[in-house]
Amino acid sequence: MGNKNIAGKTAFIIGVLLVFCFGIFGIPRGGLVESIKRNINLGLDLKGGSHLVLQVHVAEAVGSETDRAVAELEQDFQKANISGVTVGKRDLAHPEVISVTGVPQNHLADARQVLEGNDYQNYDLTSAPDGSYTLTMKPAAIKDLETRTLNTSIETIRARIDKLGVTEPEIQQYGLGANEILVELPGVTSLDRIEDVIQSTAKLSIHEVAGGPFNSEQDAMTANPGGIPMDDMLVHGVGEEGAPDQFWLLKRASVVEGTDFRDARPSQDENGRPDINFTLTTDAGDRFWKYTSAHSKNSSSPGSMAILLDNQVKEVAAIDSAIRDSGIIQGGFTQQQANDLSLMLRTGALPASISYLDTRTVGPSLGAASIHSGVVAAIGGMLAVMIFMLIYYKGAGINADLALILNLVILLGFMGFSNATLTLPGIAGVILTIGMGVDSNVLIFERIREELRAGKSAAIAVQQGFAFAWTTIFDTHVTTIVSAAILFLFGSGPVKGFATTLVFGLLANLFTAVYVSRVIFDAHLAGKERGATLSI
Amino acid sequence: MEFFRETNIDWLGKKWYFLGFSLIFSVAGLLSILFWHHIPLGVDFKGGTQIRVAFTQQPNEDHIRHAMDAAGIHQATIQRISDPSGQAANKVIIGLPEAADTAHDTGRQRVESALAENYHDSGFTIEQVEIVGPTAGKQLQRQAEWATLYSLIGMLVYLWFRFELIYGVAAVVAVFHDTLITVGAFSLTNQDITLTVIAAILTLIGYSMNDTIVVFDRIRENLGVSRREPLHDLVNRSINQTLSRTVISSGLTFLTVLSLYLFGGEVLHGFSFALVIGILIGTYSSIAVAAPMLVAYQEWRAKRGKTVALPAAKKRAQT
Repeated sequence: MGNKNIAGKTAFIIGVLLVFCFGIFGIPRGGLVESIKRNINLGLDLKGGSHLVLQVHVAEAVGSETDRAVAELEQDFQKANISGVTVGKRDLAHPEVISVTGVPQNHLADARQVLEGNDYQNYDLTSAPDGSYTLTMKPAAIKDLETRTLNTSIETIRARIDKLGVTEPEIQQYGLGANEILVELPGVTSLDRIEDVIQSTAKLSIHEVAGGPFNSEQDAMTANPGGIPMDDMLVHGVGEEGAPDQFWLLKRASVVEGTDFRDARPSQDENGRPDINFTLTTDAGDRFWKYTSAHSKNSSSPGSMAILLDNQVKEVAAIDSAIRDSGIIQGGFTQQQANDLSLMLRTGALPASISYLDTRTVGPSLGAASIHSGVVAAIGGMLAVMIFMLIYYKGAGINADLALILNLVILLGFMGFSNATLTLPGIAGVILTIGMGVDSNVLIFERIREELRAGKSAAIAVQQGFAFAWTTIFDTHVTTIVSAAILFLFGSGPVKGFATTLVFGLLANLFTAVYVSRVIFDAHLAGKERGATLSI
Repeated sequence: MEFFRETNIDWLGKKWYFLGFSLIFSVAGLLSILFWHHIPLGVDFKGGTQIRVAFTQQPNEDHIRHAMDAAGIHQATIQRISDPSGQAANKVIIGLPEAADTAHDTGRQRVESALAENYHDSGFTIEQVEIVGPTAGKQLQRQAEWATLYSLIGMLVYLWFRFELIYGVAAVVAVFHDTLITVGAFSLTNQDITLTVIAAILTLIGYSMNDTIVVFDRIRENLGVSRREPLHDLVNRSINQTLSRTVISSGLTFLTVLSLYLFGGEVLHGFSFALVIGILIGTYSSIAVAAPMLVAYQEWRAKRGKTVALPAAKKRAQT
C-alpha cells in the first residue's frame, strides 16, 4: 500500500469525522453545550415531560352516524307520506345496522325509493318479504368513517394543545390500525391540566327531551313500562352543587353536535355567573332554526332541549323561540371550567370519546439527574476501557482509542442527522456500543499477536489479522444488527430508542474498528523497512 | 502485556461440572419463576399506577402508609429507593395495583391529594408518574414476547445460513439458557422486569450470541485446516485460542456495564443488573454450553452410525 493511498484514506476519514461533527454541533452558534442540545433530540425521559397514549373509541362515531340516518329516514318517510313505519337500531351491539319495519304493503315501492335515495349510498340494503328492510353500513364506509374520526381527533387534540402554548408537542397516530394517539409534551408535567383539556372530551351535543326528569333510573323504568324506546336514551344529569341528581329521557339523535360549533366564548350572565356563548356554523344554524321553530313555545309541538356534555345533561331549557345560530350554555360552571370548555368548543369537539392507555410523566429534575448519571457512567466506562487498551496493547491501544472516539462521534452525529431521539436506554446503548467496539479491536489485535507469534512479519501479521478477524466481526455484527432491527420493528418507546442507538453504533463500529484502525496500522508501517516491529 | 498465552485447558473434560453449574442456576430460577416470586412484571406490563415522590426530608414509610390508609387507598405499595451504591435517597415509589382503562387517572389524583394533605409543611415533588392501563400492559407484554421470539428466529436463520443448522441450534440453546438464568435472577431477587430490562435481556442475547459466534468461527476455521483432528480436541483448541479475546472483551464490557450499574443511578438499576449478570453468564455459556453441544451432537450421530464428521462448515466471508 503506497503513501498516496494512505493520504487519500486519511483525508476520507477526516472528512467523515467533520461531517459527523457537523451532525452533532450544527453550525456553531452559541456555546458548545447549547449547540449539542439543539441538534441531538433528547427523549422525554431525559428532558422531562409527559407522554400519553390515548385510544379513540371510533365505534361511537358509527353509532352517531347511524343515529343521524335514523332521524333522517323518519323525516323522509314522513315527507313521502308513508305512515306506520318504525325506523330504529336493531341492537346496540350492532350500531351499523338500521332496521325499517312496518312498511304498508301498498307503499313498498315508495319505501324502496326512499331507502335507495342518495342519502343512504353508504348502506347495503336488504329486504324481507314482510315489508321490513335492513340498512347495514358498508364496511368501506365504516373504515372510512373510523379513519376520519381518528384524524379529526388528532387534529382537535393538536389544536387544543397548541392553544395551551406547549412548545414542540408531538401528536401522532400510534400503533398500527389500533386507533391510538401518542401525545408527547416536553416540559409539561402537570397531568391534571393536560388531562382536563384533552380528555374532557367536550363531546357536546343538543338533544330533544323525550321525557323526564326522573329522580332515579328506577323511576324512569316505571314510567316506561315497555322499556326505553330504541331511539331514546336515559341520561344522567348533574345539577348545580347541592341539587339532587336527575335522569332525562332524550332522543338519541342529536340536533347539533360538537363539530357544528363555530365559536364559543366564556361570558357571564346577569348575575355574574360564568356561562358560555356559542355560535353555530351556517349549516348547523339552519338545522337548529328549523328544529327550534318546530318546537318553540308557540308551535304545534312545544318542547325542550337538553345540552349534553360528555354524556351528562348539563342543562335543560324550554325552547322559547326559534334560534338560528347562537345561544348560551349555563351550567353552574366555575370560571376556569367555562374558559376550558369554550376552548374545547372553539377547537372543535372530539368526534368520539377517548380513554387513556398509558400515561408517563418525568419531572425535569429526575430527567437531569438521569442524564448526569448516564453520561458519568458512559464517560467513566469509556475512560477505563481506553486506559486498559493503552496498557495492554501499548501502541496499538492508540488505534483502538482513536477508533473508539471516532465511533462515538459518528454515533452522535448519526443521531443528529436522523433526528433520532436519545433516550435513557439509548445512553445504555451507547455504552454497549463502546463494549462491542472494543471487542472488535481486541479480536483483531489478538489475531495479529497470534500471527506475530507464528513468525510472520509485521505487515503480513496486520493483513492476516484483519482478514481473519473480519469474518468474525462481520458475523457478530450482523447477528446483533438483525436482533436490533427486529427490536426496532416490534418494540416501542424505550426499546426502540435502545435499538436505534445500537444499530447506529454497530454500523459506525464496522467503519471505525475495521477500516480506520487498519489505515492507522498501514500508515504506521508504510514508511518502515520490511523488518519493522509493531507495538502491540 | 499478555494474560493468556497458548493456554491448554481441557474445557470439554469439565462438561459435567458445567452441566451441574448450569442446572443448579436454571433450576433455582425456574423454581422461583414457577412457585415463588414468579416473573415479577413491572407496571409497564402488569398495568397499574406508579408514582415516584421525592421528599425534602427522609420520609417515614409508616407515616406514608398511614396517610394512604386514611385516604382510603389500602392497596398501595410503598417502596423506598436506594442507589446501588447503598446510599439511601429521600425517594419513595408508591404503587397502586390497577389502572382501569376507563377511570384511568383517579388513583394518581387520590395519592397526590393524600400526600398534599399530609406533607404540606415538609414538601415533596412528584418526580415521575406512570399509569398503564391493563390493555396497554398486555399489548406491551405480547409485543416484548414476540420481539424476543422473532429476534431468536432471526439469529437462528442467519447462523444456519452462515454456518450449519446445528451451530444455530447450539447458539440458540445457549442464549435460551442465559435468558432463563437472568430472568430467574430477577425472580429470585424479586426485582421488577420493566421495558428497559427487556431491552437489556435482548442485549444480553445479542452479546451472548457474539461470544458464541467468535468461538464457532474459530471452530469452523480450524475444521477447514485440520480435518483429521478429533472434534473434541479441535473444539478445545479453538476455545483456548480465543480465550484471551474472550476474557479481555468480556472483562472490558463487564467494566462498562459495572460502571453503569454503579454510577447509572437507580433509574437504570434493573437494566444494568440484567447486563451485569448477562455478560457473565453469556461469556460462560459460549464455552460451557454452546461448544460442548457441537461435540455432543457429533457423538450422538456417530453412535447412530452416521458419518462422523461434523457437517462441513460453509465458506468464510471474504475480505
